[in-house]
Amino acid sequence: MIYEYAGLSQIAGPLVVLEDVRDPSFEETAVIKVNDGTERHGRIIKIDGNSVTLQIFEGTRGISTNNTLTSFTGKPMDLPLSPEIIGRIFNGLGNPIDGMGAVFPLCRRDINGAPINPVRRVYPRNYIKTGISSIDSLATLIRGQKLPIFSGSGMKHNELAAQIVRQASVTDDGNFAVVFAAMGVKNDVADYFRRSFEESNVMNKVVMFLNLSNDPIIERIITPRCALTAAEYLAYDLGMNVLVVLTDMTSYAEALREFSSSKGEIPGRKGFPGYLYSDLASIYERAGIIEGSKGSVTQIPILTMPNDDITHPIPDLTGYITEGQIVLDRSLDSTGIYPPVSILPSLSRLMKDGIGAEYTREDHSALANQLFSSYAKVQDAKALASVIGEDELSPDDKMILAFGREFEKHFLNQGYTENRSIEDTLNLGWDLLSMLPRRLLDRVDGETLNKYHKENKENQTS
Amino acid sequence: MDEEKEWETLITASLSDLLKEGDFYAEIPETPVVTHRLMVPPGLSGEVIWSASNGRYKLNDSILKIRDKDGREHPLTLCQRWPIKTPRPASKRLPLSRPLITGQRILDTLYPIAKGGAAAVPGGFGTGKTVTQHQLAKWCDADIIIYVGCGERGNEMTQALAEFSQITDPRTGRPLTDRTVLIANTSNMPVAAREASIYTGITIAEYYRDMGYHTALMADSTSRWAEALREISGRLEEMPAEEGFPAYLPSRLSEFYERAGSFKNLNGSEGSITVIGAVSPQGADFSEPVTQNTKRFTRCFWALDKALAYARHYPAINWTDSYSEYFGDLADWYRKEVGNDFVHCRNEIHTLLVEEKRLMEIVKLIGADVLPDDQKLIIETARVIRVGFLQQNATDPTDTYVPLIKQLKMMRCILRLHNGSAELISNKVPLSKITALGLFDRLTSMKYDVPNDNQEILDTYLTQIDKELAALKKTV
Repeated sequence: MIYEYAGLSQIAGPLVVLEDVRDPSFEETAVIKVNDGTERHGRIIKIDGNSVTLQIFEGTRGISTNNTLTSFTGKPMDLPLSPEIIGRIFNGLGNPIDGMGAVFPLCRRDINGAPINPVRRVYPRNYIKTGISSIDSLATLIRGQKLPIFSGSGMKHNELAAQIVRQASVTDDGNFAVVFAAMGVKNDVADYFRRSFEESNVMNKVVMFLNLSNDPIIERIITPRCALTAAEYLAYDLGMNVLVVLTDMTSYAEALREFSSSKGEIPGRKGFPGYLYSDLASIYERAGIIEGSKGSVTQIPILTMPNDDITHPIPDLTGYITEGQIVLDRSLDSTGIYPPVSILPSLSRLMKDGIGAEYTREDHSALANQLFSSYAKVQDAKALASVIGEDELSPDDKMILAFGREFEKHFLNQGYTENRSIEDTLNLGWDLLSMLPRRLLDRVDGETLNKYHKENKENQTS
Repeated sequence: MDEEKEWETLITASLSDLLKEGDFYAEIPETPVVTHRLMVPPGLSGEVIWSASNGRYKLNDSILKIRDKDGREHPLTLCQRWPIKTPRPASKRLPLSRPLITGQRILDTLYPIAKGGAAAVPGGFGTGKTVTQHQLAKWCDADIIIYVGCGERGNEMTQALAEFSQITDPRTGRPLTDRTVLIANTSNMPVAAREASIYTGITIAEYYRDMGYHTALMADSTSRWAEALREISGRLEEMPAEEGFPAYLPSRLSEFYERAGSFKNLNGSEGSITVIGAVSPQGADFSEPVTQNTKRFTRCFWALDKALAYARHYPAINWTDSYSEYFGDLADWYRKEVGNDFVHCRNEIHTLLVEEKRLMEIVKLIGADVLPDDQKLIIETARVIRVGFLQQNATDPTDTYVPLIKQLKMMRCILRLHNGSAELISNKVPLSKITALGLFDRLTSMKYDVPNDNQEILDTYLTQIDKELAALKKTV
């Protein structure tokens, strides 16, 4: 028997309180009929005796304490799923907004997912070629990895993400899908992604979940969970390789903060709730490969660092959960280098097991180590040059500085549509390292150097 | 545990034996390298009045009955229960006198930890906390490793599982999983379980310690555990102290770290628990409460450095911020077991590094060219120490584990070259001529060139250094 409860006892921001509810269960969803003819949806977030607190996804505007009829569905929020979701556009709650009608569900899944037992996971090893030198060689993306892009407002993270999606080799065998979740981004940004998917002819492989910046924040908290539920269905039920792009995690975390403070919780650092880490982990940890399934879920979350501050709680906690990060740098960006990947703080934790002779080339790891080490020296030389002037530098430092300039200009910098093969990228790396004499290359063993280092007379004399 | 699985049990107690608490009464070969000894639970003692015969038993089968002094009978099974937040009793604490040998040069030589000690490994993300912990779990010379993945990545636990079953323990020739207990609470698992996972780990460590084993517990990461405390405390609406952490954070941390130590057990055997806790400070800021409080209760501090990690200098342990208070206690052991000059060499290497840091401040302002040759030599030697000695490649089969004696011989080579060169420089030989010999570069790569089982090569390095330097002296 379904009860309908008339009226509410309290309304506070996105939250409403009902008294005397029979047998409520945590996270149960509810439908609220307002007497203006609209229907809203809510979810139980607190039960205190018979009093129940609901969060309303669509917001509480226009609701009064006595113009509603509330009924409970008896189950937690779930998402209707079937292979037809590919190519569709949904709002942040998983309702279609492309005017093509509802999805006929083959199954329904709880949007909160379930943690994967590490024993059931398969350790990711297959590398994904993105065609972008800085990523392929120095922060290699692996199938089943979560690799966020740390960016700032105004930098070219959207272009970079779109380029990765376009060129990623997961798209090679056709059995792939892209799940795109927009959280609190501007309409233009969502539109940019839609256009770039259309231009690269993958739109019929994309599932979009859009929660734009003027959509309700409660819906924003649900959006990534809907997207990942869809991704898990495609990957583990249908065996597809799924690339999930989540943008922008900063808006997501801010929505969580707004929601937390309206619940009256004790705030932690910068006003974010103390459980921000666990909450972010419940999203990021849903990447991976499961034993016995052909598919994989690879995540590329994008976040804009407030004030470019990498120690801000959002990038900081994200970095502790994800398997590395790609950090964009404003000074590179302002000198016109695209993609402005700052390689020293960038890292891919799964890279060491996904590169080498079996996957890319045997010299990859040595080359990457040497590039990192030499580029770190470039920073020291730059700092010294800014104090004593470039002319006063030792010949070694001058050589290193020249290497740094060429590295940024030719290795980091590449076109929006330039798709470099891994061979090209590695060879380019060796060409650049050949600007430095062998004695300055201390991370590579002699044999590899003999094979790849092209030391010529010109370099020795300079 | 599977309650249906049968274990091959060998009963060691016989009828009318008087058993005290902690005494062994049966043995089970748990894995080929670990013999599981069943003990009378603490608080119980009495006379054996019945025992089953040797054979295969399930976890909850009674195999022995004892009668205590009040005449009550207690059946003993293959398992015992213990509340995880209460430390298991031991008869007394022993002084710490032996190092936990890890095969990692910077740890064994510069900042060693004693068996039974506690260490903190703080570092921002990407500085290599997990790799350091994995290296320790793989190579340290404890009998039992407890690895607690506390609020960390699922893929990392999978990697640990896969890797540990492939690597063979050099001492037993068996896969590492035979001596390892993994406790997995990944970051998306429930918070309440995360709060408990650390205690579960240390209780298991104590249980094996009571059997007379040396155990080492790696907790990755205690910050996640502290955050779980904070989250639970927040939900209980307790008054927060620093940064929202509950006011009882320091006392909980000290309770945990004090469970480490070297013990004489109730049954007279000796065992130890070494605790190595990773700390993930927010924004890599070591002044936050978890790092600060952990520092108070551990005597070994291995500070991971972002700048070193960015330059891919691994292990990214900063050699000026880190410290170990155990070195003094262990000095005698090193002198006796490794070499008389070990402590001396270690101190000299350390002094050179400190000296280099001071010189680098000057170099940053005016460049290296203006320094006199003797100071340039310090910078050159320190480079060899940093790149050739401190840096260690976890993925290289030779370099991933280095025996202590090779560490000592490497130090001898570096110091011989340094002191020899210093003598030449005081005789007005320019440094450029000495570096042109290529000796510095050869020492930088000796970690790869000299195999672990043929360290005698390093002795020939010494004579070669002497020969080449003497030859140079003659020509000038």
